Amino acid sequence: MTAKQSTRKPKALGTEGIQKFNRVKPATNVFITVLFILLALMTLLPAVFVLILSLSSERSIQAVGYSFFPAEWSLDTYAYLWRDKEVIGRALFNSVFVTVGGTFIGLVLCSTMGYALSRPNYYLKKFYTVFIFIPMLFGGGLVASFMVNTQIYNLRNTYWILMLPLACSTFYIIIMRTFFQTTVPDSVIESAKIDGARQFRIFGQIVLPISLPAIATIGLFFTFGFWNDWFLARVYLNTNRQDLYPLQYVLISIERNIEFMTRSAQYMTPGHVEKLPGETIRMAIVMVVVLPIACSYPFFQKYFISGLTIGAVKG
Amino acid sequence: MATAKQPPTRKKRFLLDDLELTILSLPTAIWYIAFCYIPMFGVVMAFKNYRVKMGQGFLYSLFVNSDWVGFKNFQFLFRGQDAYLMFRNTLGYNLVFIVLGVLLPVALAILISQMYSQRLAKACQTSMFLPHFLSWVVVSYFVFAFLSMDKGLINQIIRSFGGKSVNFYQESGLWVFLLIFLNVWKSMGYGMVVYLARISGIDTELYEAALIDGASKWQQVKYITLPMLRPIMSIMFILSVGNIFRSDFGLFYQATRNAGALSDVTMTIDVYVFKLLIERSNVNYSSAAGLLQSALGLVTILGANLLVKKIDPDAGLF
Repeated sequence: MTAKQSTRKPKALGTEGIQKFNRVKPATNVFITVLFILLALMTLLPAVFVLILSLSSERSIQAVGYSFFPAEWSLDTYAYLWRDKEVIGRALFNSVFVTVGGTFIGLVLCSTMGYALSRPNYYLKKFYTVFIFIPMLFGGGLVASFMVNTQIYNLRNTYWILMLPLACSTFYIIIMRTFFQTTVPDSVIESAKIDGARQFRIFGQIVLPISLPAIATIGLFFTFGFWNDWFLARVYLNTNRQDLYPLQYVLISIERNIEFMTRSAQYMTPGHVEKLPGETIRMAIVMVVVLPIACSYPFFQKYFISGLTIGAVKG
Repeated sequence: MATAKQPPTRKKRFLLDDLELTILSLPTAIWYIAFCYIPMFGVVMAFKNYRVKMGQGFLYSLFVNSDWVGFKNFQFLFRGQDAYLMFRNTLGYNLVFIVLGVLLPVALAILISQMYSQRLAKACQTSMFLPHFLSWVVVSYFVFAFLSMDKGLINQIIRSFGGKSVNFYQESGLWVFLLIFLNVWKSMGYGMVVYLARISGIDTELYEAALIDGASKWQQVKYITLPMLRPIMSIMFILSVGNIFRSDFGLFYQATRNAGALSDVTMTIDVYVFKLLIERSNVNYSSAAGLLQSALGLVTILGANLLVKKIDPDAGLF
């Protein structure tokens, strides 16, 4: 009601009236609007372009090159990917497995430490705060990590190496701790203690269930992080362990040689060996990586933003 | 008297409660020791001439079989052109990224908050956030679709106007700007969201009061919005200055498709360390470069924090 009235009488002395009065000039608004539409197109168009390429036929690409207007549309590439269980199916499984497993491990590690740090009287609170802070300032670097991971822990060519190095972060622990401190009332925990509950039970049955927003936020950070990681695979996987390749690393491998895909084609039954859609297949794999993100992040971004703003609280 | 004032828990003892919390957090503590603290000792490799002794473990090879060489690895590092190039590139790009990374998102956030249609603003903000969620591998394909020598969109346009195809992956001068553009393209949405969250938290009464006092839009931004954003700006500033010796490996290595002709403008410290370690298996020089990077990074983050604290005592990160 009030909104309607204020649009009719723009200079009415309600809050909305003042806000409306305090707007930038219409010409400035046009400028800002055009600027942001251009920026939005600039960020979206490359993804749309690659989607169009993946839906072009191989012949069209040979004829007109990479174009927003292909000569011929085709779903052949996706059909090929769908049949190719050997490389793409396996890589998709690896990506999903590492993402789910890594996110789970990460949530366990960050929430437990975050909870311990959120208890005001915890004996090791001060020590742990420094303990998790030092690695933010100084690290051994890639070489030392590489030698330790491969020579001492023997993690090369395992699923573990794709998950563990990214499974914890001081930043996420601080977000968790801040959330527990601000939203879980001390009185709830104290009364549970008086009722005889031990810390494990308090954490698992009281704190975690009421902290789902924080778990969701950190879980999302982890999910996108693991889904997008290619560096660990690049560093720690040997070329003869293609069975462990996640999608991101398949993309790097076929960038270097398209043979990567044809080699797997030979393993297929002789009758089904078909011509490889070399150009479009890369673009289609890019879309397999991008589409789940592009379709989901608009719904999750409010959790992201809340995580970012909690993280900006120092402590 | 003094003791009566203080709560009895002042003299802390390790209680059952503490034991349980310690057990709960033990896996995380182990993770930190295994993946952060133990590799820290690996920095001794920078002062060793690492030689593998067959049949013996890594620790034996490192501590018994390899000689101490003092700062020789560092000396070798600075003998050629490489050290100059990688420090110039790392610092140069980061200086540009820091300036753009603070100014652009703040400017964009203030502008978008002034848009009449907040629904359209939200849509634009959402789409500008997309690149943040993409990996550099994916972005490298986006770039390739435009810049490819024979099929890329830009070369087609050049050819359709009668020009000759350009092999963009050999034009190192162009990539200086392209790398800056890509970095801005990928990070501006994220930065904007951070500042926008703060802007929408500012009490509108402040602006109304300013308006009644006759403040122009520009004055409102200058005296209300910017001061409100200053704490976040200083945190972002400290973080990026602290990372001035680090570089986004994916941007410089993957987005450029590791093109050899571009190495003059793409070789940052991280790229150098990676290439030496993974492609040439040279542990000595790469660990020296890595240690130099970590040590300088430690100094800069402490320095930046101190500096910001001196200007504004509440603005420090720690």
